[in-house]
Amino acid sequence: MTTSKRIVLTFPKKNIDKPIVYHLIKDFNLIFNILKASINPAEEGIMVLELTGEESDIKKGLDFLKKEGVNVQPLSKDIVVNWEKCTHCGACVAVCPVGALYVKDKKTMEIGFDADKCIACELCVLPCPPRAIEVKF
Amino acid sequence: MVKTLQEINEKIKKGQAVIVTKEELLDLIEKQGIEKTAREVDVVTTATFGPMCSSSAYINTGHSRPKIKLGGGKATLNGVPVYTGFAAVDICIGATAMPEDDPRNKVHPGEFNYGGGHVIEELAAGKDVALEAYAYGTDCYPRRELKTWINIKDVNEAVLFNMRNAYQNYNVAVNLSNKTIYTYLGMLKPNLGNAYYCSAGQLSPLLNDPFYQTIGIGTKIFLGGGIGYVAWHGTQHNPSALRGENGVPKRPAGSLAVIGDLKQMSPKWLKGVSFTGYGASLMVGIGVPIPVLSEEILKHLAVKDSEIFAPVVDYSDAYPQGKSEILEEVNYAQLKSGKIKVKGKDVPASGLSSYKKALEIAGILKDWIKKGDFTLTEPVAKLPDVESGYKVKPLNERPIK
Repeated sequence: MTTSKRIVLTFPKKNIDKPIVYHLIKDFNLIFNILKASINPAEEGIMVLELTGEESDIKKGLDFLKKEGVNVQPLSKDIVVNWEKCTHCGACVAVCPVGALYVKDKKTMEIGFDADKCIACELCVLPCPPRAIEVKF
Repeated sequence: MVKTLQEINEKIKKGQAVIVTKEELLDLIEKQGIEKTAREVDVVTTATFGPMCSSSAYINTGHSRPKIKLGGGKATLNGVPVYTGFAAVDICIGATAMPEDDPRNKVHPGEFNYGGGHVIEELAAGKDVALEAYAYGTDCYPRRELKTWINIKDVNEAVLFNMRNAYQNYNVAVNLSNKTIYTYLGMLKPNLGNAYYCSAGQLSPLLNDPFYQTIGIGTKIFLGGGIGYVAWHGTQHNPSALRGENGVPKRPAGSLAVIGDLKQMSPKWLKGVSFTGYGASLMVGIGVPIPVLSEEILKHLAVKDSEIFAPVVDYSDAYPQGKSEILEEVNYAQLKSGKIKVKGKDVPASGLSSYKKALEIAGILKDWIKKGDFTLTEPVAKLPDVESGYKVKPLNERPIK
């Protein structure tokens, strides 16, 4: 059955030039959404992907990645809103690219957080004036 | 129809006054019109909760044994420098002050995680705060060093004094450049990526009394959870700002200087905050009751978000360079919808002022007045108004060679 999974891939230095990820579409029928991609100071590639497809295909895809020397880890970063600190000012709403932070009630402008939509991009953390948004691993 | 403040206060003391929040007033006006509502309603509560950088607290710590002269010396509260240009044990801490070793924007954008605003919040919360002071010593105040915990419960006076609060309208910031910028109106994404506004709009005190007919020096208010008073007009007070036909300013206009007893206040309504790439500050909660003395005053009180306009300003170039051009005028109903149109583009908009907390304050102030012991005050002096021609000026820079 179709499911979605978020993973963090680390590509060792020797592999960053090799096209690997496209195989997930071509050979394993998966759709992927790149949430984050960067090269870290140690010249490793880091990619955060959301994979969508049949559960069995996802498993085969991940096995393929591991065989290619890519380190695979589930995305377990969580954004948590400390409602005690939150002042409901709304500063986070305009920066959230996926609408996980939103105005819950148009009359009172109360802010809400939908953890299911959150992609842990962390764009909301620094714009929050009372520092009410925390990243938990 | 004309009511006097005295009549209204008599009713308040007897528990007979009709007090509503601004939101409740709008519902009433919709149901029964201006005339009837003006006769029935006695007081309308307005409020705001947002970042207000020109805020401070002054404290008299009480004398140590032996005595020390903080005045003219150096002192910090939790590492944040305080101003010591007063008498022996009077100090003043400003909302945007920061520890000397805060890196500020050395690695841009700085985080500014702790500053004067946070210290003021901790004081109000009753937390112990570290006072560290170095003095030059005199015959009458021989001590040179003092390191002690202080607490708001023990000090003599702890007074919140904010030289500019409750701005009457403000800019809406956008970024026309192709790089993200960090301002006091938030992180602005490039190429009109987002917009920030900062006002309680239809709930904001001075927007409900656009010509300062009821709010003046001596007006009793809700300040940070306790009682406060309007002390003076705020810095940059600008009654001459451009106004719409309804008299409501379409640019930042008036402001208030307010004062109150910090000991009565609460961290719920005074919050230390950090603006990435900009600095530390203090979010302040203010509530102002407006007496319905005439139908004219109620007409001003009837203003809605859709009737209050704010200027969209480019903060990448126009604002820092002091250019007066604006991109668009948008109203607060459009801003609160979450999307505005700037130069034909749809721009996501959000606020920095908490409408939710402002609503709570309007409700609390209403309860205080209903209880009968918060009566309204008549201003002892008026704020500079439109007739006075008072207006804000830029710096007349005369370089010293």
